[in-house]
Amino acid sequence: MSIFETRGITKRFGGLTAVNDLTFTVNKGEIFGIIGPNGSGKTTVFNMISRFFPITAGEIYFNDKRIDTLPAHEICKIGIGRTFQVVKPLRRMTVQENVMAGAFLRTGSISKARQKAEEIINFCNLENYKFRASKGLPIPLRKRLEIARALATEPQLLLLDETCAGLNPKESEAAIELIRRIRDTGITIIIIEHIMKVMMGISDRILAINFGKEIAMGKPQEVANHPEVIKAYLGEAYA
Amino acid sequence: MLNKKNMLMTIVFALIALVLPLVINAPYQQHILILVLIWATIGTAWNLLSGYAGQVSFGHAAFFGVGAYSAGILTLHYSLSPWWGLILGPVMSMLIALPIGAIAFRLRGPYFALATLALGEIFRLVFLNMTEFTNGAKGILIMPSITSKIIYYYAGLGMLAVTLLVTYLIVHSKIGYYLVSIREDQDAATSLGIPTTLYKNLALLPSAFFTGLAGAFYMNYVAFIDPNIVFNLTNISIMVILVVMLGGVATTWGPTIGAALYIIMGELFRTTLGSANVLVFGVLVCLIIMFLPNGIAGELDIIKRIAQRKKAGLSGGV
Ligand SMILES: Nc1ncnc2c1ncn2[C@@H]1O[C@H](COP(=O)(O)OP(=O)(O)OP(=O)(O)O)[C@@H](O)[C@H]1O
Ligand SMILES: [Mg+2]
Repeated sequence: MSIFETRGITKRFGGLTAVNDLTFTVNKGEIFGIIGPNGSGKTTVFNMISRFFPITAGEIYFNDKRIDTLPAHEICKIGIGRTFQVVKPLRRMTVQENVMAGAFLRTGSISKARQKAEEIINFCNLENYKFRASKGLPIPLRKRLEIARALATEPQLLLLDETCAGLNPKESEAAIELIRRIRDTGITIIIIEHIMKVMMGISDRILAINFGKEIAMGKPQEVANHPEVIKAYLGEAYA
Repeated sequence: MLNKKNMLMTIVFALIALVLPLVINAPYQQHILILVLIWATIGTAWNLLSGYAGQVSFGHAAFFGVGAYSAGILTLHYSLSPWWGLILGPVMSMLIALPIGAIAFRLRGPYFALATLALGEIFRLVFLNMTEFTNGAKGILIMPSITSKIIYYYAGLGMLAVTLLVTYLIVHSKIGYYLVSIREDQDAATSLGIPTTLYKNLALLPSAFFTGLAGAFYMNYVAFIDPNIVFNLTNISIMVILVVMLGGVATTWGPTIGAALYIIMGELFRTTLGSANVLVFGVLVCLIIMFLPNGIAGELDIIKRIAQRKKAGLSGGV
């Protein structure tokens, strides 16, 4: 059953077409991967979904409702959370306050927000850093905080933009484990990741794009072996 | 968090404030205290918008002046008591804040500051030139019905107490968390479902309200205003920034501490140093801001937190 759908979405920045006529469907409960070389338009897709800028053409549906005309802050309210590739911690706020800021979307009460934050912080294994200012955290923890904060808004769909980038193998192992646990709670996930191995292991289906266009879509194995994907990643000679 | 220690400190402060004019009974010194109360109110109001929500205003003179003129014009044209200005002034300040918020909050970064900077100056020029309505540069002089300094002191203290209480309640609610989130990263705030423009307005309106209240109170107390006084860029809009920076941006007591220091130091220098006072005072304020970048209350907060952390055996962080 589909929870999310794009129809021919396109984004142009002046003369540059960053995303070109992309159509895809995400099923409820799955982990849907998006891969593509640097600058291929992955983050732009997220920015289009979360309405950080208006889309040039196309339509976006969530739970069968059209959402590409909603203002940015409404996107989170209807149940789509996101993280940022370049992390954006609320710098001078503690980890707990960061997560509370997310929790306030569903409650007006400080104590309820704090309690919600407490649960999420434990779920994300951040309990030792609760009272640390977020700007002082090392990158792996800041990436984790991005996820925690988004989770606190109680999303049905979570957009994860390169949460494993810059992590060592052990840290990224832990991140993947967290992502799996998030999925197990029933949250649908769209994930962008550069590391093929990560994507192969975690995704139910993968969409590969290059220059903003779809080049392959399907099961991880199919996509990884697709000649266009190999060409995009390794160059003409390997295809 | 309002823990027992904070509560105790607030009570001690309140008691000192209540008995102060009984101990200090020279009219000149009481005058200084009343000025401190007015500036603490403006500072606390500015702090909500610019300190907590991070929307730095260089135009709070607009709200102050509109508050003051509301009281003045009631008397000038309608022969009403200027005390009605305490109601009309803040309301008028909020009314002018509405369109300003609607326009200026579309702008990000330095543009908001520039827009507010222009705003104060526009009001000054308009009030200078609308002579029929405002008396222009001649200003408005009223006959105060009350001359006792003590009464103004307690009225001013009440005004500051209400301002402190309301801002405290806002800051320590969901709204406060949202305002600080917007200040720290607007994109992140939006991604968490925070309607940033709405919340900036929720900081602007009370900020304008209490600044207008202080303006109306000022008119009642000083009994004379002209546009160059109440819409003054340096003596109002910039001064409130310095007052809050001195005391501590985004702290509860910072603006009050800053106002007390600023006004009292300024007066001391003026009476003792003659014509060099502005220079010496300016340098001193710069030094304090350079060496205590978080302001007095801010630095105390940090020291307190470090001490608490040491006690709790936690490490790192700010
Ligand atoms: N706000 C913007 N204004 C102008 N151009 C943009 C903007 N955002 C992205 N682009 C351009 O769109 C293209 C796609 O960028 P995008 O960030 O979506 O790529 P990406 O696939 O996420 O890359 P990476 O793997 O490096 O994160 C790039 O050429 C980029 O320069
Ligand atoms: Mg990207």
